[in-house]
Amino acid sequence: MKRFIGFIKKEFYHIFRDRRSLFILFGMPIAQILLFGFAITNEINNVDIAILDHSKDATTKEIINKMASSKYFSIHQFIEKESDIEAVFKKGKVKAVLNFEKGFSENLIKENYANIQVITDATDPNTANTISNYVNAILQNYLKEQNKSSVQVYQIVPQTHMVYNPELKSVYMFVPGVMTIILMLVSAMMTSISITREKELGTMEILLVSPLKPIQVIVGKVFPYIFLSIINAIVIIVLSIFIFKMPVQGSLFLLGMESVLFIITALALGILISTISATQQTAMMISLMGLMLPVILLSGFIFPITSMPLPLQIISNIIPAKWFIIIIKGIMLKGVGLQYVWKETLILLGMAVFFIGLSVKKYKIRLE
Amino acid sequence: MNTNKVIQVKELTKVFGDFTAVNAITFDVEKGEIFGFLGANGAGKTTAMKMLIGISNPTSGKATVAGFDVFTNAEDIKKNIGYMSQKFALYDDLTVKENITFFGGIYGLSRKRIKEKAAILIKELGLENVANKLVGSLPLGWKQKLSFSVSLIHDPKIVFLDEPTGGVDPITRRQFWELIYKASHQGITVFVTTHYMDEAEYCDRVSIMVNGKIEALDTPKKLKEQFKVDTMNDVFLKLARG
Repeated sequence: MKRFIGFIKKEFYHIFRDRRSLFILFGMPIAQILLFGFAITNEINNVDIAILDHSKDATTKEIINKMASSKYFSIHQFIEKESDIEAVFKKGKVKAVLNFEKGFSENLIKENYANIQVITDATDPNTANTISNYVNAILQNYLKEQNKSSVQVYQIVPQTHMVYNPELKSVYMFVPGVMTIILMLVSAMMTSISITREKELGTMEILLVSPLKPIQVIVGKVFPYIFLSIINAIVIIVLSIFIFKMPVQGSLFLLGMESVLFIITALALGILISTISATQQTAMMISLMGLMLPVILLSGFIFPITSMPLPLQIISNIIPAKWFIIIIKGIMLKGVGLQYVWKETLILLGMAVFFIGLSVKKYKIRLE
Repeated sequence: MNTNKVIQVKELTKVFGDFTAVNAITFDVEKGEIFGFLGANGAGKTTAMKMLIGISNPTSGKATVAGFDVFTNAEDIKKNIGYMSQKFALYDDLTVKENITFFGGIYGLSRKRIKEKAAILIKELGLENVANKLVGSLPLGWKQKLSFSVSLIHDPKIVFLDEPTGGVDPITRRQFWELIYKASHQGITVFVTTHYMDEAEYCDRVSIMVNGKIEALDTPKKLKEQFKVDTMNDVFLKLARG
């Protein structure tokens, strides 16, 4: 046990004396979570729009006021003729133009029908889509208010409820994803690099000739990273709760336990990588290409798995991150307990056992 | 068993696939002896050594190191030997003291014993001024001497040195050999591989491996007489060229 403590102390010296590892360990999680939380977002806020109002009557004024008073849009300028539309888009600031037809109010009253043209700058298709949806929503809302008095027949009113993330905050989606990426990165990449480093420097040989057992060497190498990964998980959760008001509906304890399970799976992968790579560079490349890319692309973090082609859907099943994201989304957003995520937990557990077994076996072969 | 023979090797063989890296080698090493284990690159020196220090399983044959069988008691062997590899193998990002403490620790020395050992070792090597400096900042020659001393920290019966003086200047090599002599005088058996033939002259006995086999084994003096040459270098060339 004393030997083990000495070993772990040495690992911490390595980590704390290497600026690069320190940055990856502590700078990265915070930077990523803030980036994803603040900068990368699907929501729109204060989008500049321009108005081309051919009617300038009471109704159009009311609608324009409604647009301006919403936090989503701000009226950047009023333009007078169709030919100006292109010009304002080219300047780049205005993302949408609302074009009210002539005699808007009259048409609405007489014919029950009036036109607004919504032109959006689709150089960024996602934003354009969101803008047109928001404009529609505001118009529907306006109509509903106007029609309250008058009696309408045959009306289908869809009452949409977005549950678990009613405000559709993208940070709710990113936090579980970022947490998964960071735990994977810290656990798998950092351990594989730190083990291959000893191989490269020749110190691994010295350790193997010492009375330390190979298993003690490996556990000694990964233990600090388990500890640091748990700290990272805590930092991420605390940041997301206090800065982004992300709810944790379910049990924090369960969340913690599931995180530890995922960390162990990732560590086993890291050990496995270190047994097949001779240099730190190789270990890093394999970790980045073999682990990070699938985590980002195939885990359902950014791209929904259900809309992937079937072969990719099948492949996504072997990615531990997919299951972990399902689990933590369930716990954080839906507040479910183990009875709802036991299947995913079991899969993750199976993967952990499999990878640990495989890396132990590989490690022994290498010693021959 | 003769207790003076700390290493006994008989017909030790290691086969990788079709390739016989070590072919039925037989030799003994006596206590306190400096045993030179010579051979060209690829002759099988390192493979043979790895079997003796318990990190590679022999294919066949028999060997005991410090009285323990390499097949069945590799773990006991590890407690009784020191090892220094051809790659410099201390941690560059740990200080001199931290390295000593770490290696003392993994060999199970008590904290008090490590402190005593560290003090002696630092004084002997004249490293007082750099004891708290990172090992990475020391010149290679110092590192190698430190590495050798660290491999002796647990007072092993035998120390295995795998090309310990690769890449250092002749003066440092000379100083390094003084450390080896000192260890030998204290009764530690030194098993050293090298391809510097002048170093072979410093050994009590040398064996020369060619293509996995030991082709010659005797004191440097007798080998030179046997091959009727003046230097170990010529002995080696004669053997290696067949």
